[in-house]
Amino acid sequence: MIRDITLGQYYPAKSVIHQLDPRVKLVTTVIYVISLFVANGIVGYAVATLFLGVVIKLSKVPFKYITKGLKAIVLLLVLTAVFNLFLIDGEIVLWRWGIFRITDQGVRTAVFMAIRLIYLIIGSSVMTLTTTPNDLTDGLEKLLGPMKKIHVPVHEIAMMMSIALRFIPILLEETDKIMKAQIARGADFETGNLIQKAKAMVPLLVPLFISAFRRANDLAMAMEARCYHGGDGRTKMKPLHYESRDKTAYGVVWCYLAVMILVGRYFT
Amino acid sequence: MIRAEGLTFDYERLDEEGNVEEKKRAVDHVNLHIRPGAFIAILGHNGSGKSTFAKHINAILTPTEGTLFVDGMDTKDEDKLWEIRQDAGMVFQNPDNQIIGTVVEEDVGFGPENLGVPTDEIWQRVEESLSAVGMLKYRHHSPNRLSGGQKQRVAIAGVMAMHPRCIVLDEPTAMLDPNGRKSVIKTARKLNKEEGITILLITHYMEEVIEADHVYVMDSGKVVMEGTPKEIFSQVEELKRLRLDVPQATLLAYELKKRGILLPDGILSNEELVDELWRLKSKM
Amino acid sequence: MAIKVKNVNYTYAEGTAYEIHALKDINLEIPDGQFVGLIGHTGSGKSTLVQHLNGLMKATGGTIYYNGKDIYGEGFSMKELRSKVGLVFQYPEHQLFEIDVLTDVCFGPRNLGFSKEEAEEKAKAALRLVGMKEEYDRRSPFELSGGQKRRVAIAGVLAMEPEVLILDEPTAGLDPKGRDEILDQIARLKKERGITIVLVSHSMEDVARYVDRIIVMNQGQVKFDGVPKEVFRHYKELEEIGLAAPQVTYLMQELKAKGAEVDTDATTIREAADAIENWLKGRQG
Repeated sequence: MIRDITLGQYYPAKSVIHQLDPRVKLVTTVIYVISLFVANGIVGYAVATLFLGVVIKLSKVPFKYITKGLKAIVLLLVLTAVFNLFLIDGEIVLWRWGIFRITDQGVRTAVFMAIRLIYLIIGSSVMTLTTTPNDLTDGLEKLLGPMKKIHVPVHEIAMMMSIALRFIPILLEETDKIMKAQIARGADFETGNLIQKAKAMVPLLVPLFISAFRRANDLAMAMEARCYHGGDGRTKMKPLHYESRDKTAYGVVWCYLAVMILVGRYFT
Repeated sequence: MIRAEGLTFDYERLDEEGNVEEKKRAVDHVNLHIRPGAFIAILGHNGSGKSTFAKHINAILTPTEGTLFVDGMDTKDEDKLWEIRQDAGMVFQNPDNQIIGTVVEEDVGFGPENLGVPTDEIWQRVEESLSAVGMLKYRHHSPNRLSGGQKQRVAIAGVMAMHPRCIVLDEPTAMLDPNGRKSVIKTARKLNKEEGITILLITHYMEEVIEADHVYVMDSGKVVMEGTPKEIFSQVEELKRLRLDVPQATLLAYELKKRGILLPDGILSNEELVDELWRLKSKM
Repeated sequence: MAIKVKNVNYTYAEGTAYEIHALKDINLEIPDGQFVGLIGHTGSGKSTLVQHLNGLMKATGGTIYYNGKDIYGEGFSMKELRSKVGLVFQYPEHQLFEIDVLTDVCFGPRNLGFSKEEAEEKAKAALRLVGMKEEYDRRSPFELSGGQKRRVAIAGVLAMEPEVLILDEPTAGLDPKGRDEILDQIARLKKERGITIVLVSHSMEDVARYVDRIIVMNQGQVKFDGVPKEVFRHYKELEEIGLAAPQVTYLMQELKAKGAEVDTDATTIREAADAIENWLKGRQG
């Protein structure tokens, strides 16, 4: 159920991907997402698949574990696919029923969009699975560092993200627990129409919010007690340094993007 | 180390306009003095004000009236705030809500990072603290996969890494199972004995108090009893009135005394009771 | 025969690297009106087991009979089972959500299809049973003390008028007086209403004082099952699996080890006092 969401969960392992500087992984993820939108042909997607496959292989995270994250977006996937299928106009009509019709272009777009979405989720899952949330936010903080000059509270944003990531699994577990407790009191979260379902969420959401606030309060106190006072004068236990493997990785990634752009231009 | 002089704290509830609607006195003129290196316990039922008092030591709360000194520093002195918090670390009740890092060692490093300790020294402190609480082999684990007792030990290590002279443990075992409870108390005692850290343990479990040097009992914000564990636990009736309990051995001795068996006051452990009973029997 | 657990197995995340065999071939019978203590350290499978008893979790093998009916059988209503076998989770006050105490306790009976009036009647009865006075009925549950919240939450399950009440660590985090109050109330429920009670606990002292029977779980299996005296005779084995007998059991053992002719079966303070008194006065226990 909700435990299936792998996004934002770290999978401990010793691999090249795990050891990379988080900035490399963040930049790579962004580049990969861009590359997915550059690609618009079978060759392009083949290259993207190959790239993703190699990264997953190197990351030593079990493939099953990565794809578990997809379950959460099945509905979104089906919806986009359906919309594309029926709404995109094309030259060859494959099927027609009243006002509904499916065209070759529709099928093509639906398939590619679905692949994009799936790869996007898998790609970002690989990043979060191989990077501890702390590294991730450290990387983000460092990457966005220059924005401090225009008064963007980069450190605070990064800290908020890292805390959010730490508490996601805890709150998910808590949701599960409250849900079970209410089911034990005869609550029904599954049947009924949309309004009834929304109403049935109240006994779940109220306790969840209360608990989240209590936790936030406790945590703020615990952080203060440990002398947290913002980013000023703070040192790092794990400062970020680029190593040679990070430079190599950057090289590979930019090459990949170049290939994708070339493929997009000449192999459509 | 810690000196409270007439410490009083009122919780205020404000109405919508920001006026004080209700005042609740949580701590009421508490005077106490804790020597460096002592193992002190504060007992009290839920709502007796013991946790509110504890939060003053770390300057999370400041007194409405009276003063609290930590190592000679007044907790109302804002310039000394970070120094006070570094000097008197705090461990809270809920293990999940005080771990900030997503990896054990990163969490332990959080305090030193805030203090601006150089990177190399952070690593050294993290290793020392984790081994002091016996959690070094879990350094790369996610806190979510640890047991409650292990999480609390990580929290203690997180405080230790700040090199405090005193650690306040605010009901650290209330949410743990018996094994977790034992491991946390053992760790606290070890830090007290081996590292000389002043420990202030706030609890309502009587078994955890037996080996303390000095016990304070709080009720409705006041210190109502104080003394050695032996002195405190001699007063079974009074403790019961304060919604508290006594250790099982003490309770049994008390029950026997009610039946006319002549046992001395203040028996705390099974060994003592067995010895006393044996002495009685041999006299018969 | 109220509940019969037959060859129940449960495996988390079957077929993955995280596979955990949480319950292994559990066989149990819990007759009507018994007060059962279920003991085991964290991760022993006791919480998993109780969630099976009211159908919140489904066994991956074996089955459970409630009053002779297979709960996994066709046409068996899980909703009805949940009303018959009430489950109070750990820290139940975390599930309170309504604007006032009475409305919150009505949630269960309303879900079972009772009218507002009927539900309120049941809710009021349940609140009085746990010792919550009428003056609290219209108060917000969030303004109450920890012990009161807990009692309201227990009433929330009691209002469904279950035949079996399962409580997972109902005293966790309470102070000694609060703990005694809750346990006394539960014992009274059993006595006055004849409800079957399953008390999940870490505390041997609590369990020894109240229950008719103790089931000890370890690594997903039932390790011991019997009356407290019998189970605590295995105090050495209990220690090996991270548990302990009540302190008085150790005391009696120590006395005996010194050569005293005492009955070592005592598990409560009163029994121990009796045994010691008899020994001191030279009577046979």
